[in-house]
Formats: sequence, C-alpha cells, structure tokens
Amino acid sequence: MRKRSASIAIARDARTKGLQRRWRVGERVIEGGIFLASLLAIVVLLGIVAVLLRQGLPIFAHTPPWEFLFGTKWYPVSEPPTFGTTTFFVATIWVPVVATVIAVPIGVACAAYLAEVAPSSVRESVKPVIELLAGIPSVVIGFIGLLLLSPLVQSMFNLNTGLSGLAAGIMLSLMSLPIIVSVSEDALRAIPDEFRQAAYALGATRWEVVRHVSIPAALSGISAAIMLGVGRAIGETMTVLMIAGGALAVPVSPTQPMMPMTAAIASGIGNAVRGGPQYQALFAIGLLLFLITLAVNLIADRVLERQKRKFVR
Amino acid sequence: MKLDSALTNSRPPQYRGTKLSTRHLNLFYGPCQALRDITLDIPERAITAIIGPSGCGKSSFLRIFNRMNDLIPGARVEGSVELDGIDIYHRSIDVVELRKRVGMVFQKPNPFPMSVFENVAFGPRRHGRVSRGELQDIVESSLHQAALWEEVKDKLDQSAFDLSGGQQQRLCIARVLAVEPEVILMDEPCSALDPVATLKIEDLMRRLAEKYTIIIVTHNMQQAARASDVSAFLLMEGDICGVLVEHGPTAELFTKPKDRRTEDYITGRFG
Repeated sequence: MRKRSASIAIARDARTKGLQRRWRVGERVIEGGIFLASLLAIVVLLGIVAVLLRQGLPIFAHTPPWEFLFGTKWYPVSEPPTFGTTTFFVATIWVPVVATVIAVPIGVACAAYLAEVAPSSVRESVKPVIELLAGIPSVVIGFIGLLLLSPLVQSMFNLNTGLSGLAAGIMLSLMSLPIIVSVSEDALRAIPDEFRQAAYALGATRWEVVRHVSIPAALSGISAAIMLGVGRAIGETMTVLMIAGGALAVPVSPTQPMMPMTAAIASGIGNAVRGGPQYQALFAIGLLLFLITLAVNLIADRVLERQKRKFVR
Repeated sequence: MKLDSALTNSRPPQYRGTKLSTRHLNLFYGPCQALRDITLDIPERAITAIIGPSGCGKSSFLRIFNRMNDLIPGARVEGSVELDGIDIYHRSIDVVELRKRVGMVFQKPNPFPMSVFENVAFGPRRHGRVSRGELQDIVESSLHQAALWEEVKDKLDQSAFDLSGGQQQRLCIARVLAVEPEVILMDEPCSALDPVATLKIEDLMRRLAEKYTIIIVTHNMQQAARASDVSAFLLMEGDICGVLVEHGPTAELFTKPKDRRTEDYITGRFG
C-alpha cells in the first residue's frame, strides 16, 4: 500500500516539474511503419516459397524426386512424359562457374586499382562508367553475345556452334563485373587508412599494401561482392536463353551448347498447360533454383560471419 | 636481453652524434605552407620530444623523416633532411628502404586485422625470405624488446584486437622493432592510452633509446619533461605555418626557456 502511494506521489511531482512521461504518437506511428515494412519483406518471401511449393511439389506424385533430380531425360510432351533435370542443373553450374572464373580476378583487380591506386579524378570518372554497365538490359547483352561473341568462340575453339555455356558465361561475367567491382571497391575504401599507413611506414610497397593489408582486411566485403556476382550469374535468364545454346544433353564441357534452369523455365512455361505435369515440373525447377541461391547466400553468410568473428575491432 | 639493463637517466645528449638533421626545411601542402625554415639536429640514441600546440605541424614534421608526407597528394619539401649525412629527399633514395630504417608508431594503436604473431611478422615477411624458425625468433625477441612477450606469449594466434589499447600500442612498437630500424618516430603514442599504459610506454621508450634514436611528438608537457633528452618547440606563425621556436636539452628548455613563447606554452598560458 505504502509503495503505491509513494508511486502516486512521484507521478504527481513529475507532473508538476514537467517530467511526466509523454505518449509520443509520431514516434509510435513511425516505429510501427518501419516494423510493418520489414514484416512485408518476410511475408512476401514466405509467399513466394509457398507458391513454389504448392505448384511444384505435386510433380513428385508423377516423377519420384530421385528421377527428377538425377534423370537426364526431359521429354515433357512425350507419352508418358519424363522430367529429369540433371541437364539443366549441370548447365546452371557451368555457366556461373565460367562467369565467376572470369569476373572475379578482373573485378577484384579493378576494384583494387580504383580504391588503392587510381587518383581520385580517375576513380570518380571510371566508377560510374562501370556501374553503368550494370544498367545494360540483359537482352542487349544477349544480342551482343549472339552477334559478336559467339562467332568468336566458335572459331577460337573450332566448334559447330558458338552458342555455348562458355559464350553465356563470358557475357554473364560482364554482367556480374560491375557488382563485383562496385561492392569490392566500397569494401576496400572502408578499410581505415591507418592500416595502410602502418604498412607503408614498415616499408611495404604499394603492391604489398594492397595484397597483404587492404585485400585481407576487406575480404568479407569482397566475398560478399563475389557472392552477389555469382547470384546474378545463377539467376540470369535472358542472356543464357539467347546464347547458351539450349541443348538438351548433359554438358560435359563449357564449350557445349546447354540450357540452364532459368532458360528451361522461361522457354518451357509458355507452352505448358496450366496445372499440368510440365507446369508442375517447371515450378519444381524454380524451387530447386531458389534452394541453390538460398544455399549460396547461406554459405556466403557463414563465411562472412566467420571472417568477422576472427578479427573484429 | 641487453635492453633490460638498468635505466640510464640524464645522459648528456650534446655528446652524442647527430642521427638526423634538417636544414632550412619548408613543407608545403599544395599552396599552403605547413612548416617554415626548420633547422634542427636530432641526436643519436636519445629521445627527442617535439612539442607545441595542436595544428602547429608537429606530426607533419615527424613524417618528414620517413617521408610519409609523400603519400599526401600535393605535399612538397624544400631544404634538406639528412639521415647519417645522406639527403633522404634525393631522387636516388628508395623510400621503402628508408622506411625500414626509420620506423613509425602512430597516435592510435593500429595493429593489422591479423593475429598478434602475424602483426609482428609483417615487416620481416615483406623484406626478405625468412624461415619459419627465424621468424619465430624475430617475433619473440621483438615482443621481448617491446616488453609485451610475457603478456601475449600464450595468445600469439589470437586477433591483435583482443589486446588492450596499451598492449596494442606496444604490439605496434614490436612490429616496428621487428624490421630492425635505426630511428623510431612516435606520433603521440600515448594519447589514446590510460596513465598506467602511458607509463609503460615511456619506460619502454627509455630502454629503447639505448639502441634506437627516438623522436616523439607529444601534447603532454609532463611526458616531454619526463621522457625526453632533447626538446624542440614548434609554434604556428600567422595562420597555419609551423616554425621552430626553440630547441635544446629538455632540462634546460623546461627550466630556463630562452623564448618568451616557450615559457608561456610550457607553463600553460596558451595552448
């Protein structure tokens, strides 16, 4: 009882001194709004997963998961149809691998040049140009690949057709390059200058500073940049549809024509009967694609987390 | 360790040779002059303190000696700066080699984002092929010299950021020692540290001065008085330009300053 009366007394004193707690409506509204916005992202994500599951899973009543994943025969309109997706899966590995192998060294080197070597005037004019590259529509990239690159690939490797995983990978590397450069450059520039100063003062050369101080210190950011680039290469559709060749055989070499999962979905969905087995199978491929990108992201997260925990300031 | 021998105080610096000297040194950052006409000798194997108010060019002056100002676009040096009688701004001088001879400790402890061991091994690794065993020896002896070995011998593989601020600063000193320099420049090495850590660094400096030439920039008058053999007082003249007002043995400069401005500064009348 005493406690309660003391509490009332304090509240009264607070009122008289203008200290009483206020109900700040604006703050609450904004807090709530921000919360709802973040909730929306999660709801949408869950919704997408739900749709993929609902539309895709029924295929496994028709084709067992084992056959779906490891079968090499994709005959959606035969009687009976078969839905083996290994062909697409392997193509989806090849194309991003080619793109990454090309884009990562060039991208990181370019970022290191811009962040560590280039005078600010050069950096300020070159970086926007590189970022502009990201704005080129993928269909235009596809055109260029079709027109210029694939004949080149054909004659260089003496192939029947230049339309191949290699050509697609090279064009995709152009598309992931701006992401890798831009994000890596930001990561390198975020490294405190004191590290560089310390290294220079120890008699390190510029290359040694870049190689042994800046890049290791920015490694988490650079890996994030690479993962974003890989993600772009995995998910890209139009370019691979136009220049990967679209062959329905398991590709054993990147120089062969192939059809990655994205291209398979895009080319197949138009003539699939809504709700039919092919339609379901294409959704299941979408689900698989989603799981692959999810895995890439999770691995990247893990790597970054470990990197961070190792040397946090 | 040799350096653990008893402290020798009040060594008369005037009997020592000159390690570094500047003659009519001017430093410009683009159109602005940062230092004007500084002529100063730095005695060998002694501690020289550079004191003066904020913005008078103390740090710029310190960075003259390992040419860190080279990294600033538009910085330009006139006059001569000599290390053992050799003009270090001559075009035949290799900056990388110079910086191996003239090491630097910064204001804020700035260990690399690596393990304690790798921090100390950084210099030796860059500067020649050393075997794993040699590297171990260099790291251990450098940490000993920096009076840090006992505290970190069990955490050589941990991140340098796990150490306290004072330990990090001594790690930075060990990192410099591992390169085996002749001169160590210290740019307010204690300004980010608590009093206990500060005393440890000062104690360490005294011992290192047996073997190395040390130049320290400090804001802290007591530190200059306590820890240095020779002091030089810089002040800005006009708006931004640093000039050398007075220099001499620390005991004299602090007890019988010749210049009125020095007296005003060390007694705290401005700053």
